[in-house]
Amino acid sequence: MSKLIKPTPTLTRRTLLGTAAAAAATPLLGRYAQAQSSEPIRIGFQVHRTGIGASYGRWYDRTTTAAVKRINDMGGINGRPVEIVAEDDGTDPKRGAEVVEKFATQHNCDIGFGTLFSHVVYGSAPRAGELKLPYFVVSEGHHVASGALNRWTMQPAITDVKSQVQAMAPFVADNLGKKVTMIYPDFAFGHDHRDYFSEAIEKQGGEVVAKIAIPPSETSFTKYFPKIPRDTEVIYHVMIGPAVLTFVKEMGEFFGPSKPEIFGFLDSLEAVDINSPGLEFLEGTYFWEGHPRYAQADQSSHDKMYREAVGVDENGASVSDPKDVATYSHMFGCWETLNIVKRGMEAADYKSTADRSKLIEAIEEMSDMPLSDDHPQGAKRFNGKTHQTFGHQYISKVDSGKLVLAHTSSIEDTLYEDEVDYTTQSF
Amino acid sequence: MSDTSKSHGLHLGLICVLALAYFVLPAYHSGNLASVMVIAIYAMGYNLLFGYTGLLSLGHALFFSAGLYGLGLMMHLADWTPLPAFAAGLIAALVVSAVIGFLILRTTGVAFMIVTLMFAQAGYLTILYFGKYTRGDEGFALQQASRQIAGYDLTDPGVRYYCALVLFSVTLLGLAYIIRAPFGRTLVAIRENEERARMLGYNVTAIKLKAVIVSGVVSGASGATYALLFGYAGATFATVQYSIFPLLWVLVGGAGTTVGPFVGALFMFYLIDYASGKTEAYLLVVGVTLVLVTLFLPHGIVGTIRTRFLRWLP
Repeated sequence: MSKLIKPTPTLTRRTLLGTAAAAAATPLLGRYAQAQSSEPIRIGFQVHRTGIGASYGRWYDRTTTAAVKRINDMGGINGRPVEIVAEDDGTDPKRGAEVVEKFATQHNCDIGFGTLFSHVVYGSAPRAGELKLPYFVVSEGHHVASGALNRWTMQPAITDVKSQVQAMAPFVADNLGKKVTMIYPDFAFGHDHRDYFSEAIEKQGGEVVAKIAIPPSETSFTKYFPKIPRDTEVIYHVMIGPAVLTFVKEMGEFFGPSKPEIFGFLDSLEAVDINSPGLEFLEGTYFWEGHPRYAQADQSSHDKMYREAVGVDENGASVSDPKDVATYSHMFGCWETLNIVKRGMEAADYKSTADRSKLIEAIEEMSDMPLSDDHPQGAKRFNGKTHQTFGHQYISKVDSGKLVLAHTSSIEDTLYEDEVDYTTQSF
Repeated sequence: MSDTSKSHGLHLGLICVLALAYFVLPAYHSGNLASVMVIAIYAMGYNLLFGYTGLLSLGHALFFSAGLYGLGLMMHLADWTPLPAFAAGLIAALVVSAVIGFLILRTTGVAFMIVTLMFAQAGYLTILYFGKYTRGDEGFALQQASRQIAGYDLTDPGVRYYCALVLFSVTLLGLAYIIRAPFGRTLVAIRENEERARMLGYNVTAIKLKAVIVSGVVSGASGATYALLFGYAGATFATVQYSIFPLLWVLVGGAGTTVGPFVGALFMFYLIDYASGKTEAYLLVVGVTLVLVTLFLPHGIVGTIRTRFLRWLP
């Protein structure tokens, strides 16, 4: 295992000769260092091009490309251009870990970035930590803030599911009703919603009157609707995958015109046109949005600039294909993460992969991030101890086939107590 | 030189080449090779049942996951150290394969395939059902600090590589021995003509059950090793996809050959890795390549070499 053996420095005739030779070569070394400093910053982009995350991956890719173009147009990072090295992880945790290894040991990337699905984050983060590769995820999972990962893993630009769900409870209790039936997929993402929302609504004086878990392989939902208690005031739903269209259609057939208030998470309908046949029943219902899909009446100049840069029209679809709907509630995380990395590298005077730990420390020092072109989704408050950001959440109402913003939560609504302090971990 | 000596030479030669490869390969490829050796253990376990016994299982992800979670949960929830947790992984795979084997061997042919698939799906849903402990589809990470044995950090590239090599070597030599032993010969006899084996007085069901158990435990050992060396356990490994993979590796490498599973796993890994670096349509490339391999190398890579050139290949 020669790679593990570190040479013991001793002063011999050979080392003295070696030192002299190295001194003679110093000018050459300087020239190389200069050449190296103009090398691009290489960002390993772990993208879900295939597998269940492919629709997200396509838009993460476009957003990342647009963000890098903007950064390079502004002069790059520390005078160096930014280069994206994209690798498909197949939305698979094993391949994810291999991709991270490829970034670190073959492509010599400065950082890894861009992972969305939580199981891929969990599968990849241990390797990133072992390889000491800064790993920036855009996942909205609670994994980072829970302390389950490591100091090399951060989520600085997208809020986690715990804070999102928590921030919904005041609006639901005050405007829609206090007796809630939850319908969610019977896996970790759904369980997070169940647990965090149940706790949050109780703090608002409400209660979850029924928790209906749907097995992930389910294709028809008719048998679940009779389980909804009659005194339900609000249905809280979060369904993922292609079955969501059937779910909404069957829910409409079950309730007819006398439906309770309905609140859902737009994760269910990311990359899906809200006007798709079968979704008419959603008219008048409410949705959480990470970033309003439709350009609102009071659209900020930052959102306008971001939309144009990525190529998204005012309805949240591709400017080149109105049927190609964006994953607008999540993809801003790629844009904002890259801007945070840029600021972190500039603060750390980042020069090479040897400065990776300085980059982590520089970002840990960050806190408030105002609404700007760098942060078009809204202001953020980053917690350096938990490596997790907090920010505004949006609630929109489906009105005439469009999502119209009805409420914006404060950052304070999303805060919760720290569950970890990564800064106490050594590099 | 006898065929037996040549077989020993091949196995020991492969182990020596792998031992030396760490010194000459770039870090990326030595890391890949560690991963391939771990999944090759899984493929070898599968090969015992499919390649030598003639039982086509579509549910081996259940055994792999039994080992993965047997070790993972003990380390994650009970703070066990790696060695006892590894033993727990093996025991979990042993129990699961014994119980499942007892039930599935009442079926044959297509029914066997379907029942194994259904049990694996039931296992997958069980992992999701107990999400409070398993974290379901998300899974959980095993912290770096806990993955140490006798002061050796299993996350160190060198330690990890040689740990994978040791387990790979033990499995390769162990299965090579079993295949040449009377038990292995009986498995081949059952594969070739089950009725004749039964008529000769063999308790075919009992022997097949033993094969399921050995295959399941080896697959579970691979799962436990993966969790230990790569620090992650998740329900993805229990999906049908991970039941199809070992079938694919074995078919490509050569069913019923000792080194075929390793060759198949290595070939598939680099086919995906290389093609994905060249084109976004890499799955098409992979698919076409597999079709070509199936058409022109119907016995797999090693199997075709044995058929056409080296009849002694084990």
